[in-house]
Amino acid sequence: MSMPTTTARPAAPAVTAPAGTPAPSGPFGRSGARRSAWLLAAVVVLGLVSAASLTIGARGLSLGTVWQALIAFDPANGDHAVVHARVPRTVLGILAGGALGLSGAAMQGVARNLLADPGIIGVNAGAALAVVTGIYVFGISSLSGYIWFAFLGAAAAAALVYAIASLGRDGATPVKLALAGAALSAGLYSLMNVILVSSQDTLDRFRFWQVGGVAGRDWSAIHTGLPFLLLGTAIVLGTAWHLNGLALGEDLASGLGQRVGLTRGIAALGVVLLCGSATALAGPIGFVGLVVPHAVRFLTGPDYRWILPFSLVVAPMLLLAADIAGRVVLPPGEVPAGIMTALVGAPVFVWLIRRSKAAGL
Amino acid sequence: MNTVHRTAFLALAAAGLFATAVLLGSYTVTVPDFFRILAAQLTGGTKIPGASFIVMEHKLPRAVVGGLVGAAFGLSGALFQTMLRNPLASPDVIGIGYGASAAAVTAIVLFGASGAVVSGAALAGALAVAAIIYAISRRGALGAAAGRGDAAGNRLILAGVGIAAALQAVVSFLMTRADIRTAADALVWLNGSLNAANWARAGILGVALLVLVPAAAVLARPLRILELGDDTAAGLGVRVGCTRLAVVVAAVGLSAVATAAAGPVSFVAFLAGPISRRFVRKPSLPASALAGVLIVLAADFLAANLAPLVLGGTVLPVGVVTGALGAPFLLWLLVTANRKDA
Repeated sequence: MSMPTTTARPAAPAVTAPAGTPAPSGPFGRSGARRSAWLLAAVVVLGLVSAASLTIGARGLSLGTVWQALIAFDPANGDHAVVHARVPRTVLGILAGGALGLSGAAMQGVARNLLADPGIIGVNAGAALAVVTGIYVFGISSLSGYIWFAFLGAAAAAALVYAIASLGRDGATPVKLALAGAALSAGLYSLMNVILVSSQDTLDRFRFWQVGGVAGRDWSAIHTGLPFLLLGTAIVLGTAWHLNGLALGEDLASGLGQRVGLTRGIAALGVVLLCGSATALAGPIGFVGLVVPHAVRFLTGPDYRWILPFSLVVAPMLLLAADIAGRVVLPPGEVPAGIMTALVGAPVFVWLIRRSKAAGL
Repeated sequence: MNTVHRTAFLALAAAGLFATAVLLGSYTVTVPDFFRILAAQLTGGTKIPGASFIVMEHKLPRAVVGGLVGAAFGLSGALFQTMLRNPLASPDVIGIGYGASAAAVTAIVLFGASGAVVSGAALAGALAVAAIIYAISRRGALGAAAGRGDAAGNRLILAGVGIAAALQAVVSFLMTRADIRTAADALVWLNGSLNAANWARAGILGVALLVLVPAAAVLARPLRILELGDDTAAGLGVRVGCTRLAVVVAAVGLSAVATAAAGPVSFVAFLAGPISRRFVRKPSLPASALAGVLIVLAADFLAANLAPLVLGGTVLPVGVVTGALGAPFLLWLLVTANRKDA
């Protein structure tokens, strides 16, 4: 059994690496190629899920109709109008899903904590309190009106958490970051509940934002969020190599010449941009940012250069699939995507936990 | 001051707050009056009109339930945090609170339940979720091979977080489906409130704690050895798997009965451990329980007596205050702490 493997191995680099470039060591080169293939496959699956998102719903359409509507839009055609209503929510699903997955993966790297997800740095709580304030004080009542409140609240909360965690002797350590986030979140939610308990009108509007979803958003919302999302994606993907260093432990990372605090700060900035805008666009969607990176890790191993791009592609799949499922599960109504991500994601997550070797987590 | 003195100081502070809650507030009673009322109640003598009712049916049961709930949450949080070696591990994070919430909100919204039925549903929900999480994480988690304790604990936490997220979604969804008045009622319950405290509730809670608190006391020693690591503990003759299971059962039980009595009062379980550890200078289960009592009683005094003055009569759920005041306190602890595991 070992003989064929050892004879085959020298040939492998010749296939994967072009002549002239120094070939990477056998196993790594091969597994790198395999991971690239998986990533490509994931992109293809995401494409299929997006197509499904355009066709499936209260009014089922054929792929041909969808294609027609996309290349030659006919305003008089009812089917085409349905497609055009589904395009923004599909785009939003991809954007918000990707942002949540990527920021979740980066957050787990920054905080070096299994429980870390974007919510842990106070983003959801900050956004929620800001939205409630917007409703209660300024009488805002539309989903697009909430966007700036949500984004500002999310960013302010995250900045505050990071600042508080950075105080004291040893800077923003993972434990302090997580505790500061949990503490500030609890405080913000309590302030929010002070308003909600005393004002039923506010509760009545807020409870529909609280579930999170991608339906009913328009292009202007997406245009508002897009620059933040792109910037955040670039920042976070750029820190992948440094996150690998952080994963080795602070001492080793600084021994390797990394500036640990700077890396954490930059990655955290990217995380805030990503999950802040995702929450602003789609409301608080739990679970995606937490679960997808864990799931991805089973495929890729602990290398952030692979975890980050995989999370970016796999998370939108989960969000879109959840949105699609929500359209058909309870006709004639829809179940918001934020609910379905949790209901769909939880069993998958549990299955992953059970399947894994305990030490692998 | 040594540990015992400091713990005794915590106990005195808790007793002082208990007296404050019963005697002061929007309706004040003098100490002699209080004993007169109590004696009349116990001996069946003539009651003082009004005062007897307010003290015996409102203030006293409220303070008793608050104290018991605080002790249960504080103890439960300390057990979880010690066993899982993760400061984020509290019954809320593990999902038990959400199990109770989802069951209670289902009962309130779908079946129009109130009072004891909601408590029963919450208890059932908490225990069911705990059982599910245990079943999920069982392989390797509690009968873990030596040296894999952390990974096993992580698996338990992750399973809990997953379940919690799903249950939270259920709660949010039910809130959008309910009539707004029902949703407002459910919101009060979800925040954890002592408004519905009465003697029946205090009695059930007290009996449950009579069983669970001694159990926790017995577990304190093996738990402390378990902190040294599974290998060492096994070498010292602690049965690791059994101890873990017993700790989980005790912690879940404490958290479940407390949640059934008052709703998931946020943050008490989470905070009691760090506060008491900072005050008595070492991890201690009794100190955590006392810290829990202090937090709940102080918060409820503010929620029931001061908040209505500011908010035009709205009595806040106690959990809102524990969150709003507990959060800055924990942040302050973090900022001033030199230790990494504040």
